[in-house]
Amino acid sequence: MLTAVGFGSVYIALKSQISTGSLGYAVFFFGLYLAAHLVARVAVPLADPYLLPMAALLTAIGLTEIYRLGPGDAFRQALWIVIGVAVFAATLLWLRRDYRVLERYKYVFGVTAIFLLFLPALPGIGETINGSRLWIHFGSLQFQPGELGKVALVVFLAAYLRERREVLAQGRLKDWGPLLAIWGGAMLVLFATNDLGSALLYYGIFLALLYVATNRLSFVAVALGLFLVGSFGLSYTTPHVQERVQNWLHPWSANRIYCPFNGHMEFRQDCQSYQEVQSLYSIAHGGFGGTGLGSGIVTNASGNQIVPDYNTDFIYSALAQELGLIGAAALLLLYMGFVLRGFRIALAASDGFSKLLAAGLSFGFAFQTFVIVGGITRVIPLTGITLPFVSYGGSSIVSNFLLVAGLLLISNRANRERAAA
Amino acid sequence: MNKQLLHVSMVSMVLLAILIGATTYWQSWASADLTNRQDNQIEAVAQLSVDRGKILGADGKTVFATNTVSHKHGLTIYTRRYPQNGLAAQTIGYSTSGGTRTGLEQSLDDYLTGANTNLSNVMSQQLDRLGGQTVHGDNVVLTLEAAAQRLALRDLAGRCGAVVALNPRTGAVYALASSPTYNQNLIEQPKGYGKIGKIKGSCGDASALVNNATAGLYPPGSTFKLVTASAALDSGAYTPSSTFYDPGYCTEYGQKVYNSSAPDSPGGHEAFGNVTFAQALEHSINAVFCNIGQHIGAAKILEYARRYGFYHLPPLDTPPTESLASGLYKNGKLWWPKDPATQVDAGRLAFGQFNMVTSPLQMALVAATIANHGAEPKPYLVQRIEAPDGSIVSSTTPQILGHPIKPQTASELNQMMQLVVQGGTGTAAQIPGVQVAGKTGTAELGLGSLYDGWFVCFAPASNPRVVVAVVVEKQPNGFGGSVAAPIAKDVLEKLLSG
Repeated sequence: MLTAVGFGSVYIALKSQISTGSLGYAVFFFGLYLAAHLVARVAVPLADPYLLPMAALLTAIGLTEIYRLGPGDAFRQALWIVIGVAVFAATLLWLRRDYRVLERYKYVFGVTAIFLLFLPALPGIGETINGSRLWIHFGSLQFQPGELGKVALVVFLAAYLRERREVLAQGRLKDWGPLLAIWGGAMLVLFATNDLGSALLYYGIFLALLYVATNRLSFVAVALGLFLVGSFGLSYTTPHVQERVQNWLHPWSANRIYCPFNGHMEFRQDCQSYQEVQSLYSIAHGGFGGTGLGSGIVTNASGNQIVPDYNTDFIYSALAQELGLIGAAALLLLYMGFVLRGFRIALAASDGFSKLLAAGLSFGFAFQTFVIVGGITRVIPLTGITLPFVSYGGSSIVSNFLLVAGLLLISNRANRERAAA
Repeated sequence: MNKQLLHVSMVSMVLLAILIGATTYWQSWASADLTNRQDNQIEAVAQLSVDRGKILGADGKTVFATNTVSHKHGLTIYTRRYPQNGLAAQTIGYSTSGGTRTGLEQSLDDYLTGANTNLSNVMSQQLDRLGGQTVHGDNVVLTLEAAAQRLALRDLAGRCGAVVALNPRTGAVYALASSPTYNQNLIEQPKGYGKIGKIKGSCGDASALVNNATAGLYPPGSTFKLVTASAALDSGAYTPSSTFYDPGYCTEYGQKVYNSSAPDSPGGHEAFGNVTFAQALEHSINAVFCNIGQHIGAAKILEYARRYGFYHLPPLDTPPTESLASGLYKNGKLWWPKDPATQVDAGRLAFGQFNMVTSPLQMALVAATIANHGAEPKPYLVQRIEAPDGSIVSSTTPQILGHPIKPQTASELNQMMQLVVQGGTGTAAQIPGVQVAGKTGTAELGLGSLYDGWFVCFAPASNPRVVVAVVVEKQPNGFGGSVAAPIAKDVLEKLLSG
């Protein structure tokens, strides 16, 4: 396929600008993508041909920037991509006949989603990073189960809403029971682990699917209102949330305020909102054309990285600096393209489960991008979450490859039915 | 369900489009604001990797500021160095890696960092940036003569004070010395700032960081008689040969205000009897100027002060925040009296007392106007700015600020000031073979025998090439003619010979 070669060459061009020694990554990546493509050709021959190359390009951009920020992380990321592609291939081969069997196990998915979310809160394997308890570790291996929970939750919501959409639209309370229970549980766990980003993402997916299934804007309005009241209340009671809101509204303080990190009086921009503010500086430094990949400023004179979490949550600000407005806009257009293909699949699908599943996966993808990039660019308060396919992080990579696999399966089925008819 | 799907997909697109909009905002509209913020770590590193332009003396060889290069953590770091050991420290200022800047380092920052973007270089700058090339700033060539500057500081010898030397025709500043001075390299050393804070001149409360030549305000004493004389001569009511009777005092509000003490004279004060206006300036007779002041009025004197540039910041290439306006001050603030006739003691103002304070630069400009036939030159420090490849980015064209006094008045004052040096209070400034015109000033501070000594002068009197103004602060029996005139003479000689 031409696109494959094209993306491969783009990747090589990007890489060679950093150092020729990294060409190995390009060759490896091209080989991996070719393998994924071949599996897709065999398992889902009629599936959408654009999704996988777009996902590969996003992964390549992310891997390139991660390599630029720290070659060690790039190696681990490459390993995760191998695992991600393996999971992708396995999913395609396993479910190539009919993925709709999943519908039968919807409660399994619902419970799994909650269990995955709940894992980090368990003592012993949970770990708190940046004030959020959203990691688990087995030995040296860290994992964010919330990312996988996202896919499980979409499957559950799609199955449950497909089955109950007519009765739900009537608004009888008892039909809402299981849905609200699972939902409430998820939200509770999320707030307990302080993982606001995922909470926001899940709630967004929930609202979108509720609207698609019931066609009742009033439900969405009520749910949105509840969310606003809830977060307003939380911003007063939970210090973690309050801090995020303050950092969003007033990242620069005119006076020194108490800094909980070192116990001194500091300007907020030197303490709580340091990360957000430096990330904005990083974006601003890029200007229109960017500094060029590899020549941006990421470390200070003592060799320390200026923006913490540059390669995970804040990878967008690194990319925006080095690629400039042109590159950042192109990246976002790529996300738009991916999401549009996803919704196209939802529209083409013939049954309700497939439609809801594709819509949930696509909207989740778009909304996750909005939550993190919007947080970085001060459109909304910042909540830590990964940029799909681009950020460093194994769980994120694996769950997003699952997401692509799901969309390809739905697309393949829809096109096969259309061809038959 | 397809209708809802379309809606949700549209919402998704809008959300992502908002992100493009937000990114555009931060990278274009808000970009300049963010770049200038003090806590911007990225910009701090960007500044380190800029090869800041050199600051050079008038000869193009004396290096006032340059860089040392080091390589650390994959970055090429340029560190500012000042090789001249505090020579003109307050004028040059400093630029730290933290982005704090003063003096010319602050006001010329855009040139020194090569940020003075215009249509012709914007494209090449962006290409340089993408190519990862170092940004090279423009070099600045000043009008400062290092030898004269060095001599001025040596003569001040740690006493508090300032020396200003400039060209009366062009306004080119040859020397702008402020004492005590400090070594700018100390700023970034550990505890260096504290060390600078401990530098004290003889006056005890000086700050070495303040540029006394532009921001030091001193009672002008008798040098202010040049302003009073300007008003008197310009009015046409007086000529250098107008005659006065000096009884040794003048009467102010019914009380006698005596001339300078002179133990040999009857009454313990100088009394000259019948004198001309020229002789009154030659011997700096307070009683005569007191009477002139009472006659022409405070409003007239203040009007001439304002014509000379008092009540405004003298224009200079250093940051405006590092200059102070001369004039009457009340409660620490510049004060323009609404009704000078009742609010100002015209007699005392006429000989430079009564809340009048001036900067050395302002008094140098008064002398330069007299030397330049009544036309006041605009002072400047930057001769030209050169791109790294040697091409001229800009060069200064001398300008005239205005004509505060008539050419006739200027030439009469020139004659009168020559008498001061020939046989009056300023004989210490005599240079063999060169006619010097000058005026002394000794400002009483109400601190016993401690005085601020002034001398303003120019030479050669027939065709003035150099103006010098000197102030030495709080000197025991520091009469202008004895503490300031010798310094002015040294600097004049050096600049006239060079």
